[in-house]
Amino acid sequence: MLIRFENVTKRFGRFAAVDNVSLDIAAGEFFALLGPSGCGKTTLLRMLAGLEPLSEGRILIDGIDMAGTPPNRRPVNMVFQSYAVFPHMTVADNVAYGLKIDKVPRAQRETRVAEALDLVKLGDFAQRRPDQLSGGQRQRVALARALVKRPKVLLLDEPLSALDAKLRDAMRGELAAIQREVGVTFVMVTHDQDEALAMASRCALMNLGKLQQVASPGDLYEHPANRFVADFIGSINLFEGTLAPDNTFATAALDTPVLIEPGATAGPAWIGIRPEKIVMTPASAPRPTGPAARPAANVTRGTIVTSAYLGATTQYDVRTGSGTLIKVTAPNGTRSTSPALPVGTAVWLHWAPDAPVVLYG
Amino acid sequence: MGRRRAPGPLDYARRWPLRLWVAGVMLFLYLPLASLIAFSFNDSRRTIRWQGFTFGWYGRLASDDALIAAFANSLTIAAMSTVVSVVLGAMAAVALWRFRFPGRSAFDGVITLPIVVPEICMGVAMLVFFGTIAPWPRDLAWPFDLGAIAIAHITFSFPFVTVVVRARLASFNREMEEAARDLGASELRALWDVVLPHMRPALISGALLAFTLSLDDFVITFFTAGPNTVTFPVKIYSMVRFSVTPEVNAASTVLMAITVILTLIGMTLQGTDIAKTEGA
Repeated sequence: MLIRFENVTKRFGRFAAVDNVSLDIAAGEFFALLGPSGCGKTTLLRMLAGLEPLSEGRILIDGIDMAGTPPNRRPVNMVFQSYAVFPHMTVADNVAYGLKIDKVPRAQRETRVAEALDLVKLGDFAQRRPDQLSGGQRQRVALARALVKRPKVLLLDEPLSALDAKLRDAMRGELAAIQREVGVTFVMVTHDQDEALAMASRCALMNLGKLQQVASPGDLYEHPANRFVADFIGSINLFEGTLAPDNTFATAALDTPVLIEPGATAGPAWIGIRPEKIVMTPASAPRPTGPAARPAANVTRGTIVTSAYLGATTQYDVRTGSGTLIKVTAPNGTRSTSPALPVGTAVWLHWAPDAPVVLYG
Repeated sequence: MGRRRAPGPLDYARRWPLRLWVAGVMLFLYLPLASLIAFSFNDSRRTIRWQGFTFGWYGRLASDDALIAAFANSLTIAAMSTVVSVVLGAMAAVALWRFRFPGRSAFDGVITLPIVVPEICMGVAMLVFFGTIAPWPRDLAWPFDLGAIAIAHITFSFPFVTVVVRARLASFNREMEEAARDLGASELRALWDVVLPHMRPALISGALLAFTLSLDDFVITFFTAGPNTVTFPVKIYSMVRFSVTPEVNAASTVLMAITVILTLIGMTLQGTDIAKTEGA
């Protein structure tokens, strides 16, 4: 393991910003620390950089305990949220700064600075001053400045949050490409789940200082560990009820039994169904048949209350007979702009037995 | 298009009552100074009647050894005071901005005291201090005989530097210092490479402030100066005691010109510097 957090806790007064976090990050990963603001993800990153002392626990990089190692002696470099590009230095001097401190010989320094600037496509901007750069360009300077030191780990604090939407999408792909090219381990902090899912090879979702789940983006979305994760990542319909040993889930919120895949522990539980995994058909059509094992299950009726056209998809809120609102997302597979299912339409909703995820916490 | 723009301060001056008012204020503020400058070029011993234009009084100044010596004293004291005030003042500002330590709030309150204490009190305090408690050694060689005055000037100058530098530090992005640390700089190196350049415009304007404060000061200097350590303002005062001659007018004009020029330099330097650093 390249990075190991062992029972790391950070207290500010009596408040635990980071609460007993243990986490391993392997070399070469693009790792994302994800969570709502105030969840402790930035504090965790700053502790890794050495900018914040730990209250308890240890952080090891390459097996070496980092306690007592100041930020300037750690094999990590950081891209700050504000980029923190030095305004009184040219782009080239900014990138060369870390190498000058390391007393890298001049010729070698110049080659490495040129390489780093080429990597972030700022080769032509070497002699510019930061106030002549756009926000996106300044971020590239910060990136080059950190990468030129060839750190074992590159830390990124909300790297895309200050960019406009278009640039953010472009930078997403580019950051991932740069990470593949240099092979350095990236640890990124973000509150934006799309960012984490799109770029990271693995994510840690945090809330209130505690680690909620560490998994690949796909597992985080399809196999959330608890209700917080299920609810934070994407959008989901959650229902509380009881799971019987015959794999049927009974809930007061739905007027249909729910058949789920075998393997889950019986007892009080929640189920979550993603809106895109629910199929909607007009009530005028024949009732869809449920799963082969239990045709009566997984089918319910309702009326469309709201619909929001989002281009690729349309999002509906459907109120069922029992008064529950269910979110449904349907792809817009044709070029027809007149809604096939306008607000007020009575519809059938059904889903496959593998659509619901069972949650216990 | 037809978007209405808020009137600037000068737009109001298009209305005649306001023009009159502005003219009155200007007259009130600058007429005494203007007449002082004008009469320094008056070709007459008497100051009230205009006789003709001359540079003669400035020539007299240049050949007045006592006045030149006083001027040299003033510049030397101002230089010493400025250097020490900037170093002390900047260090105090950094300490107050950067660190928490016991007695910090007390220090914060006390540091601006020399700005608000009446000058006459400071003067008397200096007189007593250098007269009885810690007399400055007599008969020291120049410029060491100016030490007492320089110390007095530092006392009231460095708080101004602290105030200016602190205001500048408030706009510093702490991530900048952290970035320097992250890139390998020790704490001291980060301060030197990143914080100090940010402080630069404030250091320059603080220095010019300290210099002009020292150059101008009369009250406190008067109480600390000895017979052999006369400064320019004190010398002008002793000249006025006999009579207000055009020579005094000329000397005052010179002092004023130096002050104005230094202030202008300071303002331009600060202006361009801030424009340069504000971008990021």
